[in-house]
Amino acid sequence: MKELTVLLGIAMSSALINNVVLSQFLGLCPFLGVSKNVKTAGGMGAAVIFVITISSAVTAMVYSGILKTFGLEYLDTIVFILVIAALVQFVEMVLKKISPGLYNALGVYLPLITTNCAVLGVALTNVQQYAEKCSFGKYLLRGTVNGFATAAGFTVSIVILAGLREKMEYNDIPKSFRGTPIVLLTAGLMAIAFFGFSGLR
Amino acid sequence: MKRCLERLYNGIIKENPTFVLTLGMCPTLAVTTSAINGIGMGLSTAAVLVMSNMLISMLRNVIPDKVRIPAYIVVIASFVTIVDFLMEGFVPSLYDSLGIYIPLIVVNCIILGRAESYASKNPVLPSIFDGLGMGLGFTLALTIIGFVRELIGSGQVFGIKLPQVFEPITIFVLAPGAFFVLAALTALQNKLRIKKPAESGGCSAEGCAGCGNLSCAGRLFTTGGQKTEEQTNGKEEA
Repeated sequence: MKELTVLLGIAMSSALINNVVLSQFLGLCPFLGVSKNVKTAGGMGAAVIFVITISSAVTAMVYSGILKTFGLEYLDTIVFILVIAALVQFVEMVLKKISPGLYNALGVYLPLITTNCAVLGVALTNVQQYAEKCSFGKYLLRGTVNGFATAAGFTVSIVILAGLREKMEYNDIPKSFRGTPIVLLTAGLMAIAFFGFSGLR
Repeated sequence: MKRCLERLYNGIIKENPTFVLTLGMCPTLAVTTSAINGIGMGLSTAAVLVMSNMLISMLRNVIPDKVRIPAYIVVIASFVTIVDFLMEGFVPSLYDSLGIYIPLIVVNCIILGRAESYASKNPVLPSIFDGLGMGLGFTLALTIIGFVRELIGSGQVFGIKLPQVFEPITIFVLAPGAFFVLAALTALQNKLRIKKPAESGGCSAEGCAGCGNLSCAGRLFTTGGQKTEEQTNGKEEA
């Protein structure tokens, strides 16, 4: 029961309070790039949830099972990035084989995720926060929950931003603010709004 | 020698990675709470960029074309790990304030982008200077953003407190301030560019919107036909 409360706390904190995009600035590239309309934003979000959840579990296993056993903790960055790149390819192949529908829905977004720094960021944060302090089981569980919640937070914010961008597409924006600047301003206002969640702590 | 100087100019001004190419946005926004942090992040990225460009350029005839991206990533990740340890050892306070963004230099699209679009096709010396130029351009941009945020947000310049002529607006050192400052700086740059349209290679208003979306992932999606060289930046599945 106590573990459940801890997990809920982790989930709330990484999904809303420390939102991955709006307060940690990870995964900004797809956040700004793929937020033109709600549908693609949703697709990107789903793909990110899928990959980050799996990759946090896999990197946790690799870290405890291989790196820690052989005393190679310092190689974590190199190993994780390769694991993530391989994993994305693998997930893509598996999906193509067993679930063509899902593959078609996520297909375009999957390869892009390797460059999404949120994936590596979550894996490294998990190592910092849980790897040394908890037993392997707890590290795996908390890491995976943290990964899922972070990705959910990413999806929430990218879908909201896409909705806002759809609304203001035909607005009369000053010439020099068209394009990136107005998107950044919107994201800034969203970040202020997300500060409201820090009251939940 | 002339070619090397041209690379420096190209990286710092003409194709400034932050303001012109809008690559590597995550560290740009995350660590620029002060000018010092900006310089630290910029210089560590520059170090990785110079070394990885050098090595990739040396190995450009050895690495098979099909596995080049994983090979580049391993090279980059190794240098990032080295820089990570050096910083932990020699500048621990800066290391603490940059935190997780040091290992995340690996996924900075500038580095992979330069490896793919320049170092893999050119000799060693120009590649080193290309890395140096891009790195210094990135450092310059981060320092400017950090300077503005620090000045408005906490009333300091490079950590030195200024006399209280205005009340610091704390939000500028918090997350939203990063977005606002970058938005204002990009708008300023758009303004200058609209005045002299010839300079940016015929980037129309629509094209600029496209350029704006280009930070790595978007780059793969926006199908605008401009800047063929840069469009390959950050492509993983190419």
